[in-house]
Amino acid sequence: MELMVAIFVGVLTGTGVYLMLRARTFDLVLGLSLLSYAVNLLIFVMGRLTVGRPPILDGSQAPTLANYADPLPQALVLTAIVISFAMTALLLVIALVARSETRSDHVDGEEPQVREEGR
Amino acid sequence: MNWTHWIVAPVVLPLAAGAACVLLERRAAGVARAVSIGTTFVLLGVALYLAGVASSGTVHPYLLGNWKAPFGIALALDRLSALMLVLTAVVAIASVLYARGGGAHGAHDAKGLHYHALFQFQLMGLNGAFLTADLFNLFVFFEVLLIASYGLLLHGGGAARLKAAIHYVGFNLAGSALFLVAVALLYGVTGTLNMADLSQRVAALGADQAALVRAAALLLIVVFGVKAALLPLYFWLPDTYRAAPAPVAALFAIMTKVGVYCVARVTTLIFGDDAGVATDVADPWLPWLAIGTLVLAAFGTLAAVRLRTLVAYLVIASAGTLLLAIGLGSAATLSAALFYLVNSTLVAAALFLLVDSIASGRGEAGDAMIPAPLAYRAAYGVLFFLFALEAAGLPPMGGFIGKALLLRASADQPLMIATWAALLASGFGMMIAVARAGSTIFWKAADANRMLTAAARPARTEGLAIGWLTAAMLLVVLNAGPMTRYAESTAAQLLDRRAYIEAVLGAQPVPPAWTPREGMKKP
Repeated sequence: MELMVAIFVGVLTGTGVYLMLRARTFDLVLGLSLLSYAVNLLIFVMGRLTVGRPPILDGSQAPTLANYADPLPQALVLTAIVISFAMTALLLVIALVARSETRSDHVDGEEPQVREEGR
Repeated sequence: MNWTHWIVAPVVLPLAAGAACVLLERRAAGVARAVSIGTTFVLLGVALYLAGVASSGTVHPYLLGNWKAPFGIALALDRLSALMLVLTAVVAIASVLYARGGGAHGAHDAKGLHYHALFQFQLMGLNGAFLTADLFNLFVFFEVLLIASYGLLLHGGGAARLKAAIHYVGFNLAGSALFLVAVALLYGVTGTLNMADLSQRVAALGADQAALVRAAALLLIVVFGVKAALLPLYFWLPDTYRAAPAPVAALFAIMTKVGVYCVARVTTLIFGDDAGVATDVADPWLPWLAIGTLVLAAFGTLAAVRLRTLVAYLVIASAGTLLLAIGLGSAATLSAALFYLVNSTLVAAALFLLVDSIASGRGEAGDAMIPAPLAYRAAYGVLFFLFALEAAGLPPMGGFIGKALLLRASADQPLMIATWAALLASGFGMMIAVARAGSTIFWKAADANRMLTAAARPARTEGLAIGWLTAAMLLVVLNAGPMTRYAESTAAQLLDRRAYIEAVLGAQPVPPAWTPREGMKKP
């Protein structure tokens, strides 16, 4: 299972970085979203993958990580999700305003002078 | 005055003031402005009091939520934190006074809503970042100060600001993602995020974890390098600082220092000299990248065709100098860095304000480096001369003392030749750049008719803001002896990580005055 999650994180990061490096604001927003998914998954996995163990002590078993899931990464990931959500919304608004103000969705606010071949 | 909660006041006060500003600004903009300015002065008082507390040499922990560290989030006040708090408050006062000023184009803070609310939230983020002793909490305060800075950067609108904002926001969001990766890796390896606890556990790690923890450490340095404008990561800075409103750019001068502060903190506390497998993990990289930053920034000052671009490159050069000194990592270079940090922050903020004031008096020429009629040429010229001396590191200003201390401290270092060459050559380049700028703007220009440019008369608070920073700089030079001793003891405290660990982890929660369970029992 660790390998599968690791591959997920890798694929999400790779696509995220690829999209971020493209020069359009919408691609940038998508890329940053994918990157933040990858990061959230990574934080979550750093608490070790466990199945069927509660994160809250109920007193029925000895309070060790063998019986319970680590609750801290779950709290961290919640914070990270909220923050990245807010930041993505903000970036989207900036991108929209920039699009209407500069009449271009290029990240530099203007189309590059030399167009690539075959476009 | 033995109230323990003063330590959290620099975070709580701006939060409350910012919230009040949001409520007040539509109904009574004047009251909101007064609240903001008043709070900033109160913050300076609190910061000075905390500096007095910290100067005793002990680390003062503060347990948020009364949970024992490392289980809850802890704040810690030491000499370095206190120094940064005072510096932030001093720069913030100048910035908020300048924003209130009228000038030729109207007050900066009246060009849109929420200026003072965002300003206060930014101060909250800055102060929190300087005080926290928890890595994830540091991330949260980074986001607080960043999201406020996005709003402040866009204040007033315009295509240039939007273009700069897309680069700035995108770049910093990617940086935040890397920060989280580093935090997650460190948590996965050590199981803690409290910096004092991390320091102990990283030092005790086995060789099988070395690759992960070293990767996490270098990722952290990369993230702080984004904030501090280290060589391959500084390209967002010139455009952003040029596009930002002047009082905001002045406040941003302290924001690059957050990155520098964090590098200094983690490379001494967590990845320092006795950190096991992660010992001195940044040492092979940091000095060389810093030297590269310094050299390229000097070229940037020479190539700049606008005054604000010139000042932005001076900010990058100061960050390069600071990171070089921290990268060398001895007690002497650290204390030289701390002395230089105070001067370079004050002068960067002062230059942004002064250049804006000059630009608004030059009509269409603005801050372009071309001769144009200028009113109050003599006063502006003298101030620019003083600040230029300070920024280029020439006597008698404090920037010279900082650089001289650094040159002396690096004399016995293995990188001595590269350090001296970079510092002296870049200083020479910056001197030429500021001299050229000054002669173009002040000597080649005619004295403008004051009657015709009555509208360009700088507002009283603008002059007050610049005067305040000038006074602070002169105060630092006149008290160079005590300041140097404070910097030396701060560096010694930074390198003594035992005391920090014992203070933070040894902090005892306050026994509750009233427990809900007991209190709600029927008598």
